[in-house]
Amino acid sequence: MNEAQTSVLMVHKIGLHARPSVKLTKLAKGFTSKVELAVAAEGPWIDAKSIVKVMAAKAPQDTVLHFRASGDDAENAVRALADLVTRDFDEDREDASHG
Amino acid sequence: MPHTVELRGHPASPGVFCGPLVTVDAEQPVTRAGGSPDDERAALKTSIAQAIEELTRLAEQVDEESADIIGFQIAMLEDPELSQPAGDEIDCGTPADIAWKTAVEVQVADYEASDDEYFRARAADLRDLRDRVMRHLTGLGKSRLPGGAVLVGDDVTPTRFLETDWSGGGGIVLTGGSATSHVAMLARSRGVPMVIGVSGCKIAGHREALIDGASGEVTLSPDADALLRFEALSRQAEEAKKTDAEFAAKPARTADGEPVAVMINVASADELDAIDVATCDGIGLMRSEFLFHDGAALPGEDIQFTVYRRLLEWAEGRPVTIRTLDAGGDKPIAGLTVDGEANTFLGVRGIRLSFAREDVFRTQLRALARAAPHGTLKVMWPMITHPDELDRAAAIFDEELASLKAAGIECARPQLGMMVEVPAPAIAPDLFDAAEFFSIGSNDLTQYVAAAARDNVAVMALAEGVRPVIERLVAGLVKYGHARGIEVSICGDLAGDESAVNQLLKAGLRSLSVAPAVLGRIKAAVASVRLEA
Repeated sequence: MNEAQTSVLMVHKIGLHARPSVKLTKLAKGFTSKVELAVAAEGPWIDAKSIVKVMAAKAPQDTVLHFRASGDDAENAVRALADLVTRDFDEDREDASHG
Repeated sequence: MPHTVELRGHPASPGVFCGPLVTVDAEQPVTRAGGSPDDERAALKTSIAQAIEELTRLAEQVDEESADIIGFQIAMLEDPELSQPAGDEIDCGTPADIAWKTAVEVQVADYEASDDEYFRARAADLRDLRDRVMRHLTGLGKSRLPGGAVLVGDDVTPTRFLETDWSGGGGIVLTGGSATSHVAMLARSRGVPMVIGVSGCKIAGHREALIDGASGEVTLSPDADALLRFEALSRQAEEAKKTDAEFAAKPARTADGEPVAVMINVASADELDAIDVATCDGIGLMRSEFLFHDGAALPGEDIQFTVYRRLLEWAEGRPVTIRTLDAGGDKPIAGLTVDGEANTFLGVRGIRLSFAREDVFRTQLRALARAAPHGTLKVMWPMITHPDELDRAAAIFDEELASLKAAGIECARPQLGMMVEVPAPAIAPDLFDAAEFFSIGSNDLTQYVAAAARDNVAVMALAEGVRPVIERLVAGLVKYGHARGIEVSICGDLAGDESAVNQLLKAGLRSLSVAPAVLGRIKAAVASVRLEA
């Protein structure tokens, strides 16, 4: 079983809100590994495939997001999620704050 | 068949309709007769699936921005975590509807407790998806209200009104005097008859109803006599419609040949598809609130620009007056308007809210400045109370204009004018001479002059009673505007009231903006006015 972990700073204007959360959980669900997310290095770790849990984390802007995964595609999963956050959830529209 | 019952309420939108009676919201919430835990689990699963299917279809029919909001609700519903606590409750013998409601309410409470207003605003989404699933669980079925029926309830929300297909006719009967005026406005612009403040409305056992929106009469289980009267009314309405259509097709002129501009009030760009631009002299009031359903999903500059440009292109050079966001009062927007104000109508609404949320205001102004080169745009500030507000709004507009120009983006400065709906400028228009035009919002002006809420049935008569006072204020404004070369028009309901047209024109008004549904009728009313005594 592979394990992978990474952290990335989220610069999204209003944090891990509805639209970013939808994108993040959809992406996570595309991997077979167990994928988790935390807003602090020491956890608690939450299921990155559950939008209910991800939204409940209410992560604001400038939060460092931690990802970890275990499973066959763990490394790809962690890299893809970190990329999504680095790309600011592909929201280059000026209204990015509205999601 | 039950006996015929005659009810009387307050007219809110004219027109007649006869059709099946449908209860909008049962006063007693329907509860399920709970089955075995297995049955209840299955019922919840099915109801969630039905809700997802409905939302998926709805998402296909709306713009991208709204689709994102719906997409969020779908994602939440698809997440087993959401229904997990409900499942546990069901295993303990709780019926599915109660288990579901409790589970989602915990989530709602969690969002409401957030310090972050964006997360707080999500509570509304949770409530929305909760209710959608509840409707399936309790057998109330689709959230969409049926068209072609007389809807009876305490209240109908504007979004539910918009979701309803009114092409097959329909009518609305409301028991309360709750915040319904927004829906009444929509009903008038779509020509849907509506009666409010109908008390003692016991509809159990009745299957059919007849509504006469002009008189406020509602007949349950109409007998042969009532149906005959209805047919006569329908025929009259048909004939009036024909006459209206003839008048709508030509420019409005009084009996003695004085031209009068008759423009339309619109609440959403989609309404325009059904209107022939040649029948009006432009858009006298575009209410931009309909772009702003939700504070957490505010429309961006590009989306607003696209909508505004579409309005201007539709108008083919005729003037288009767009009012900047007029939220607050009876038009709250979760996450944007101020919560918990003691008196919303006297609080942070209209331009006051725009100053409080300058980020939102600036985005709208940029979109307007960019749209301006595409037609004859006029921008109107709502709720102007003090002359300084005119200067402040114009200064912000000019800043955004300068920044667009600096960035090399095509833009222009439209005429900047104001609504006259607060008594202050109506009493002393000379203090507000920085405005490039005045447009009288007679609805708010009336309720502020009468100190009587327009949605409170108990004091409605007072608001109707101050009409001579309003007419005097209108006359004063027109006189001042004429002397100073400031255009004065009226876009409130008074303009769309046939019985007021004579007075308004005699007061000197030559520009009326009305609901599209009464365009022809008002032009016909104009044609019957003789200005020269």
